[in-house]
Amino acid sequence: MIKAILIFNNHGKPRLSKFYEHFNEDIEQQIIRETFHLVSKRDENVCNFLEGGMLIGGSDYKLIYRHYATLYFVFCVDSSESELGILDLIQVNSQVFVETLDKCFENVCELDLIFHVDKVHHILAEMVMGGMVLETNMNEIITQVDLQNKMEKSEAGIAGAPARAVSAVKNMNLPEMPRNINIGDISIKVPNLPSFK
Amino acid sequence: MALKIVKGSIDRMFDKNLQDLVRGIRNHKEDEAKYISTCIDEIKQELKQDNIAVKANAVCKLTYLQMLGYDVSWAAFNIVEVMSSSKFTYKRIGYLAASQCFHESTDVIMLTTNQIRKDLSSPNQYDTGVALTGLSCFVTPDLARDLANDIMTLMSHTKPYIRKKAVLIMYKVFLKYPESLRPAFPRLKEKLEDPDPGVQSAAVNVICELARRNPKNYLSLAPLFFKLMTSSTNNWVLIKIIKLFGALTPLEPRLGKKLIEPLTNLIHSTSAMSLLYECVNTVIAVLISLSSGMPNHSASIQLCVQKLRILIEDSDQNLKYLGLLAMSKILKTHPKSVQSHKDLILQCLDDKDESIRLRALDLLYGMVSKKNLMEIVKKLMLHVDKAEGTTYRDELLTKIIDICSQSNYQYITNFEWYISILVELTRLEGTRHGHLIASQMLDVAIRVKAIRVFAVAQMATLLDNAHMLTGNTQRNGICEVLYAAAWICGEFSEHLENPMETLEAMLRPKVATLPGHIQAVYVQNAAKLFATVLKSQEGNTDSTTAQEASQLMIDRLPLFVQSANLEVQERASCILQLVKYIQKLQQKDVEVSEEVCALFAGELNPVAPKAQKKVPIPDGLDLDAWINEPPSESESEDEQPKAIFSKEEPKHSRPRHTEVDEKELARRREARKQEQANNPFYIKASPSSQKVYQETPGVEHIPVVQIDLSVPLKVPGLPMSDQYVKLEEERRQKERAEKKKKDKKKRKEKRSGRGKKHDSGPESEEDITPAHMVDIVTEEMPENALPSDDDERDPADPHKALDIDLDNLESAGKRPLADSEKLPVRSHRAAEVLKSPAEDEEGENVSSLEPKKKSSKEKREKKKDKDKDRKKSKEEKKKKKHKHEEKEEADLLCGQADEPAFQSEETNEVVTPPTSTSADEAATVAAAEAAPAPGAISVTTPDSEPEEPKDTEMEETKSSKHKKKKQKREKEDKEKKKKKKHHHHHHHHGDKGGEESVQNGTVEEEEPLPPMSNYCLLAENSYIKVAYDIQGNLQDGSQVVVSVIFENKCDSFLKSMEFNVLDSLNSKLQRPEGSGPHDSLTIPFQLPPGVSNEARFVFTVQSIIMPQKLKGTLTFIVKNEESSTHEKLDFKLHFTCTSYLITTPCYSDAFAKLLESGDLKSSSIRLEGVNMPFHHLLARICFHHHFSVVERIDSCASMYSRSIQGHHVCLLVKISSQTVSVDAKCDEPTLLGNVLDEIKQTFSQC
Repeated sequence: MIKAILIFNNHGKPRLSKFYEHFNEDIEQQIIRETFHLVSKRDENVCNFLEGGMLIGGSDYKLIYRHYATLYFVFCVDSSESELGILDLIQVNSQVFVETLDKCFENVCELDLIFHVDKVHHILAEMVMGGMVLETNMNEIITQVDLQNKMEKSEAGIAGAPARAVSAVKNMNLPEMPRNINIGDISIKVPNLPSFK
Repeated sequence: MALKIVKGSIDRMFDKNLQDLVRGIRNHKEDEAKYISTCIDEIKQELKQDNIAVKANAVCKLTYLQMLGYDVSWAAFNIVEVMSSSKFTYKRIGYLAASQCFHESTDVIMLTTNQIRKDLSSPNQYDTGVALTGLSCFVTPDLARDLANDIMTLMSHTKPYIRKKAVLIMYKVFLKYPESLRPAFPRLKEKLEDPDPGVQSAAVNVICELARRNPKNYLSLAPLFFKLMTSSTNNWVLIKIIKLFGALTPLEPRLGKKLIEPLTNLIHSTSAMSLLYECVNTVIAVLISLSSGMPNHSASIQLCVQKLRILIEDSDQNLKYLGLLAMSKILKTHPKSVQSHKDLILQCLDDKDESIRLRALDLLYGMVSKKNLMEIVKKLMLHVDKAEGTTYRDELLTKIIDICSQSNYQYITNFEWYISILVELTRLEGTRHGHLIASQMLDVAIRVKAIRVFAVAQMATLLDNAHMLTGNTQRNGICEVLYAAAWICGEFSEHLENPMETLEAMLRPKVATLPGHIQAVYVQNAAKLFATVLKSQEGNTDSTTAQEASQLMIDRLPLFVQSANLEVQERASCILQLVKYIQKLQQKDVEVSEEVCALFAGELNPVAPKAQKKVPIPDGLDLDAWINEPPSESESEDEQPKAIFSKEEPKHSRPRHTEVDEKELARRREARKQEQANNPFYIKASPSSQKVYQETPGVEHIPVVQIDLSVPLKVPGLPMSDQYVKLEEERRQKERAEKKKKDKKKRKEKRSGRGKKHDSGPESEEDITPAHMVDIVTEEMPENALPSDDDERDPADPHKALDIDLDNLESAGKRPLADSEKLPVRSHRAAEVLKSPAEDEEGENVSSLEPKKKSSKEKREKKKDKDKDRKKSKEEKKKKKHKHEEKEEADLLCGQADEPAFQSEETNEVVTPPTSTSADEAATVAAAEAAPAPGAISVTTPDSEPEEPKDTEMEETKSSKHKKKKQKREKEDKEKKKKKKHHHHHHHHGDKGGEESVQNGTVEEEEPLPPMSNYCLLAENSYIKVAYDIQGNLQDGSQVVVSVIFENKCDSFLKSMEFNVLDSLNSKLQRPEGSGPHDSLTIPFQLPPGVSNEARFVFTVQSIIMPQKLKGTLTFIVKNEESSTHEKLDFKLHFTCTSYLITTPCYSDAFAKLLESGDLKSSSIRLEGVNMPFHHLLARICFHHHFSVVERIDSCASMYSRSIQGHHVCLLVKISSQTVSVDAKCDEPTLLGNVLDEIKQTFSQC
């Protein structure tokens, strides 16, 4: 079982938190902080498994993480999950993010995750459900996510157009447009101006 | 309309959306909190609008804020609104928000049931998908119960996308509602072979999770998984299956043997490291389960170890880590094969990665030998000095202690070295393990006698330098060592070089800042030291030192007398007075040292930590037996007997033999060895050590190796363990040289120190001798100690409830109808819908019950008012009622779909209608039957699963408070209803002479709710009402218990009640010994006005085949203020044959066998004009005549019951258009005839 999936950046700012067990908000924040402290002080070339973390888990639980450019992807899992399997899953995970978000927003970077945390959640839901791995096949995940996004677009129809236009205009003012970002093995060029879609 | 929408969306354009919110937060880095609070205000405004799009946008923003740590539970209702939007876009936002912030105590969750059900059955697969995903995060026991059927249906959905989600979510449903596991399991199993790999993977996932917690129930699936393992190509699935096998093999070694080969092949062939690793892991598990004695598997071990070595040597730190992890598993059973890779593991100790170092540390445990222990520990001490984080340092500390103390200090050759290591460890700042060091110090000092001199010296130094340890007392765990130091100095004070100095050190004012328990030890041991000082000064003409000591005590102790700690205070004031008295005596030149020393005389021996628990119960002592007759339960609850004495612990001390001749010693040793071998709790060293022990007689006569005097006994300041390493090296060399000269015999003698029975290692190490004689006193254990299982499972573990035997379920028809199997109705709502047969039976009752029901309804509604939505909830309830009916239908349909799977298993010949049953159908039937019984909420199987009901209860109590309240209310309601019913029984059955002396039978008996049985009227007059109930006693075939309730109806006090029955030849009232056969029994209570109480009477019955009536009288005194009168009430106790029957569950296969046996006589009756549904009829037979349903098929059912004398009574009940035919078989025809007559009578009354 997966107990929690956390994504935060190099400064410990949460970009996505998904707990498959209930904690109240304060504890959740504490867990994120604690996890960040544990993970961030590790060197780049050490193993990706980590025991400890008082708040979440206990002896049966492990933190498995990957660090991509500015982001940490952390899974807290128990002993029923294969460590290497989860690492692969994180790889798939980030690739799926990149692939799917790529289709929506040209290029992906931390900012996309920040601004579209809801979409990230929806993608994640196709991979992990209630703490159990639902699908590991990247193509299948992407297909399902695309189909759902299509549905969303068709529902928005005419009514959605003005909102999209406004949001595109707002996006133009992005002061911190990223220059060059890497996620995983995929390097991203200098982004284009946001386009109307 | 369209215009309105467009206008709405144009307005909306300028609302903040999620992106704007995020951007805003990023632009307000300085006053983020303030900005967010204004945003929340805006969101609150948006939520008030009618436009669902605006609401969805607001909820979306809230989800983001929740992630940042803001509590958004106040918007729970709005989230539900958004969830119920018809648009997928909004629905998805709603469900996401719900999945992020709903949990079991969110009370609006109960409003979502119908919405979720609607979404689950939506034609749009993504609506369903989103609902399933959401539900997986916030499913509650209520939701699980209400939706289990819907989800089960989805498991066979046409779209694999839905199927896989439905399969996966079932695990969550099982956790919350364990009763669903049984009916759902066959379908889940089917899904293992689903054509879609995703669904298959989901099913494997779920079963693996289930099996991990309760592996034994899933052993029967092993062949199926084996097939999957050899056929599947999906690594993810393979990993799961292989992990599952790892959990199963310990239970079934044969499986392990079969697995080795395919796993080995996989290890050789696969390129995926994750798969390889799991294979190795499982092979290890198999090898462990096969235990030793399997020499041909050494190849497999070698293979594993080799592969692991490759992993560890890999540059990828992850593989290195996992390799070490798996290695530690092998270590437990095959230490030798790991030891050959010592180099590699020691290398890992220096790795820069902390995780890897920690894993290597685990392995070190198995790496040490006498030879290298000092070296390894030295290395670890270096790490301790370098370590940065306290966690890692603490880990190192515990590991050092573990390694050194393992197997009773097997590898320690020089305890002085060990003590200095411990003392060095005290220099660690901020460690949490002070107590660990302390307990080691104590342990070593007590058990290794030879070391005491050295230990005491070290401890005295520690005490002297206590200020170095107590920098920051309260937080600093290390000051715990002072506890040990003080105790050791006190207890072994005769070894102290300068007791006066130590005494002074222990009484310094700074001590008062230590934690209370340590101060207490200080005070006590100061007294011990004082005694020693006095003793040492004895005979000394100059008594100044002794007087100085007394004065010191008198000066310093008042500080402790003022302590806030009670223990310290008490000890200090006690000792202070004592010392004052001693001082007086000293001034008179009286010799006191003898008496003072006597205070602390005697030696303490170590006792094993669990010794007390393991004291066996002596033969013939039954702790559960009553010493006196238990007081009748009718007495008020607060008068429960208390245990008045506790068990005496057998004292046990090891006999000390000091001067015994060799022969005697050898004999004793042999005996003791035998005893130890038989005693599983004797702390043994590795088996090899025993061998060594055997080979070396005459242990007593070894010359004690002198402590190397080059070691200064009192190290100035703190000692350095490093010195010992060097010294040890020299010593060993010297010894080796010496040894060469000595003849073989002598060497042999020398090798084995007295008490060195635990002290040996591998062959290569035998030439290392301990530095000095070591007497490791083993811990004492009581003789014949019993094993006790300490690792019981946490009772709160939700998985415990899922421990359900699923194998029997394979043949659905073969199980008795378990009431818990009914999936759809277990709810309070159901109880409200379905009425008890008693209610149907007595039409007039219904009217009187009506107000009660209403009030309970009102209550429930009141509760719902909290949710501001009375109307809605009412509707919902109605719908639910409706739904229950639908569900039953659906179940039947499902049942038919499942039919082919079960047909082959259908073997029951007795009940032979052509249709076969399925689990689902059976469940429905059970539901239908269980429901009519009063209070049939969460009804449970009678006997087959005794644990299950408890677990359910636990689950339920564990769930939110909210729910508890609800249940409580339900219970109250029910009880009220029940009470009402009692009264009715009394009124209506009064003239029937108590023919229905029944109890609630199947359902009620096992119910976790307070037991309620149907009492019927025995007799009544204007003063008192008496009702009774007869129950058989299964333990004693000749006894029945009659419970009688006496109710005082008048305004006077009833006392001196006496109960008497005119015995017949067959039935006798059991009277206390010494009383005559016609004496009456005094009822042990009095009845104030309006009070009722219950008494029980035991009757002995010889023959149970005939019903019987016994005449009796009750006499009592009615006392009021003016007068007291003697009253008498006659009654007839009716023992029906039914009352001798006991509801006993029966498996259908056992039932069939019983019928086939031919020992039973048959008989039958026909009942005409029975106008009630079949399940009511069955329920009534169960209810009134103590039967249980074995199996029901359509309008035909087999039932079973047993008499207290073991007669089997089998019924086959069929109904066709108002005619019921009951074919019955029993080994006693008369009994059968009477029971049938009684059944007939029951139905003729309705």
